[in-house]
Amino acid sequence: MNGSAANSSQPQIEIIRRPVRIQLTYWQSVRRRLRRDPISMVCAGILVLIIAAAIFAPWVAPADPYKTSMLRRLQPIGTSGHLLGTDELGRDMLSRLIYGGRVSLLMGILPITIATLVGSSVGIVAGFLGGKTNMVIMRIIDVFFAFPSVLLAVGLAGALGAGPVNCLISLALVFTPPITRVAESATTQIRNQDFVEAARATGASAPSIIIGHVMTNVSSLILTYASGLISVAIVLSSGLSFLGLGIAPPTADWGLMLNTLRQSIFIAPVNAVLPGVMILITSVCFNLLSDGLRTAMDVKP
Amino acid sequence: MLWYTLRRVVYVLPILFGVSIICFSFVHLAPGDPMSAVMPEFASPELIAQIKRAYGFDQPLPIQYFRWLGAVLSGDLGVSIISARPVWGELLPAILNTAQLAIAAVGLSLLSGTGLGVLAAYTRRLATDRAITTAAILGVSVPHYWVAMVLVAIFAVTLGLLPAMGMAPPDNRGFGLDDVRFMILPALALSMIPTAIIARSVRATVMDVRKQEFVQTLYANGLRRRRIFLHVIKNAAPPVLAIMGLQVAQLLGGSILVETVFAWPGTGYLLSNAIATRDLPLLQGTILVLAFFFVMMNFLVDLAQPLLDPRIKRQ
Repeated sequence: MNGSAANSSQPQIEIIRRPVRIQLTYWQSVRRRLRRDPISMVCAGILVLIIAAAIFAPWVAPADPYKTSMLRRLQPIGTSGHLLGTDELGRDMLSRLIYGGRVSLLMGILPITIATLVGSSVGIVAGFLGGKTNMVIMRIIDVFFAFPSVLLAVGLAGALGAGPVNCLISLALVFTPPITRVAESATTQIRNQDFVEAARATGASAPSIIIGHVMTNVSSLILTYASGLISVAIVLSSGLSFLGLGIAPPTADWGLMLNTLRQSIFIAPVNAVLPGVMILITSVCFNLLSDGLRTAMDVKP
Repeated sequence: MLWYTLRRVVYVLPILFGVSIICFSFVHLAPGDPMSAVMPEFASPELIAQIKRAYGFDQPLPIQYFRWLGAVLSGDLGVSIISARPVWGELLPAILNTAQLAIAAVGLSLLSGTGLGVLAAYTRRLATDRAITTAAILGVSVPHYWVAMVLVAIFAVTLGLLPAMGMAPPDNRGFGLDDVRFMILPALALSMIPTAIIARSVRATVMDVRKQEFVQTLYANGLRRRRIFLHVIKNAAPPVLAIMGLQVAQLLGGSILVETVFAWPGTGYLLSNAIATRDLPLLQGTILVLAFFFVMMNFLVDLAQPLLDPRIKRQ
C-alpha cells in the first residue's frame, strides 16, 4: 500500500513515440516529387547515358570516328564491326553519333546558360527598377520578338560567319529576350509584395533585397522556363550546323552529319536520317524533363 | 475600334524601326567590311576603296543607316553582291514560291491542329487523347528539317510515290496536279510543329472553357450538345487565334531549313544560298522582308482579336 502511494505521488513520465515527421526543405521535396515521376526519371536516365557517353567518348566509342574507308561506305545497320553502319566516307556511325553529342549537347546547353545569366540579370534589374528604365529595356527586348527565332538565329549566324563561337553568340542572343521577359514579369510581381516593402522599410539596400527576396522567389520560374528552352536550342543549333553555319567538318556533330549524309539519302535512307534520331531523343527528353521539373517545383506559368 | 487600331499602330511603328536597325546591322556585324569576304585576294587598295565608295561603305554608320532606310522605304533593297542584280528582283519570285508553300502548310496545320485539339479535349483521358497529346509532345520537339528528310526517305526514296525535291516545271496550264505533287512533302514537313502546338493549345483552351459555369448552365437549360459545342468553340477561339498567328509567322522562319532540304526555290533557299556565298545585302533584304511579314502578321492578329472577343478592346 505504502509503496503504491509513493508510486502514485511520483509523476509518471510518459514518452509518447509519434512517428517522426521530418520537415522537408523546398528543394528536398522537389527532388522527392521528381523521383516519384516515372517519365522524368526515364528521361533523366536517357540523358545521363547520352551525356556520359559523349564525355567518355574515347572509351565508349567502338571505333575511331575519323577513320575513313572507301571500301566500306554507307554500310547498312547491323554490319559486322559497325553496329549502326557507316557514313558516306566509311566512318563508323555509332562512334560518330557518340562523339557528335559533345558538340551538339554543348551547343544546346551553353547558349541557354549564357542567355539565362544575361537575361535573368537584365530582367530582374528592369523589373526591380521599374519606371522608365524598365520601359526602355523592355521595348528594346520587344524588337527581338519581331523575328521568328529560326530567322533571327540564321540571320545572326549568317552575318557573323560560320563557326561554333559565332553560332554560340547568335543562339545566346536569340534566347536572351524571352528569358528577360519572363524574369521581368516575375520580378514586377514580386516587388509589389508586402514582404519586399517591409524589407525596404527596415532599410535593406537594393542589392540585398534583390539577392535575398527577389532572386529566391523568381529563380524557380526562370529555371523551369530556361530548362524548357534547352530542347529548342538543341534543335536550333543542329539546324544551324545543318545549314553549314556550325562547326566545320570532319568534327562529328549531329546537325552537320545530317547535312553531309543528305546527299546519300537515295542510297542509304536509313543511315541518312539516323543523326536526327539522336537530336529527337535528346530534345524530347529535355522537353519532358523540364515539364516534370515544372510540376515538381509547383511553378505556375 | 478606331482608338484600339491607332494604339496598335503606335505600338508597331517603333518595333519596325528596331527591326530595321537590327537588319541594317547584319551587314556590319562581321569583322572587316562587308566586301572583304567577296573581294579577290589580289585586289589593289585603290580598287577596294573604289568599290567601297560605290556601295557607300566609306560613310559613317549613322549616315549609311539613314541612306539605307530611305532607299528601303522607297522600295530599293540594294544590290546583291554575287549576282549584281537588285535584291528585290531576286526576292520577289522567291516570296511568291514561299507564299505558295506557306499557304498550303498553314491550311494543313490550322485544320489538323484544330481538329486534333478539339478531338483530344472531347475524348479526355481516352486513348485518342493520349495519342494526340503524345504526338503533340513529339511534334513540338522534332527538328522539322529532319522530318523533311524522313519524309523524303519514305515517300520519295523507298516508296517512290512523290518527287524528292524542287518545284513542278512551269507550264501554262496553271496550278495543276503536278504542282500539288511537288508541294505535299515540303508542306507536310513545314506544318508539323505548328500542328502540334496548335493542337496542344486548342486542347487546353477547349478543356478550360468546358469547365466554366456557363457551359453547365447551357447543359442545365437543356440545350442540344451541338449548340453547346458551338458556344465552347466560340469562347475558345480568341486565345487560340493569338497562338495560331504566332505559329503561322514562325512557320515562315521554319521554311528556311525545310526549303533547303527540298531545294524549294523560296526565300529560305535564297537565304541559305546568300549565307553560303556571304552575299550580305541579299541576306539583309530577305530577313528584313520576312521580319516585316512577321510583324504585320502579329499586327493583324491583334486587330482581329477584338472582332472575336469584344472584351479585349476594353483592357
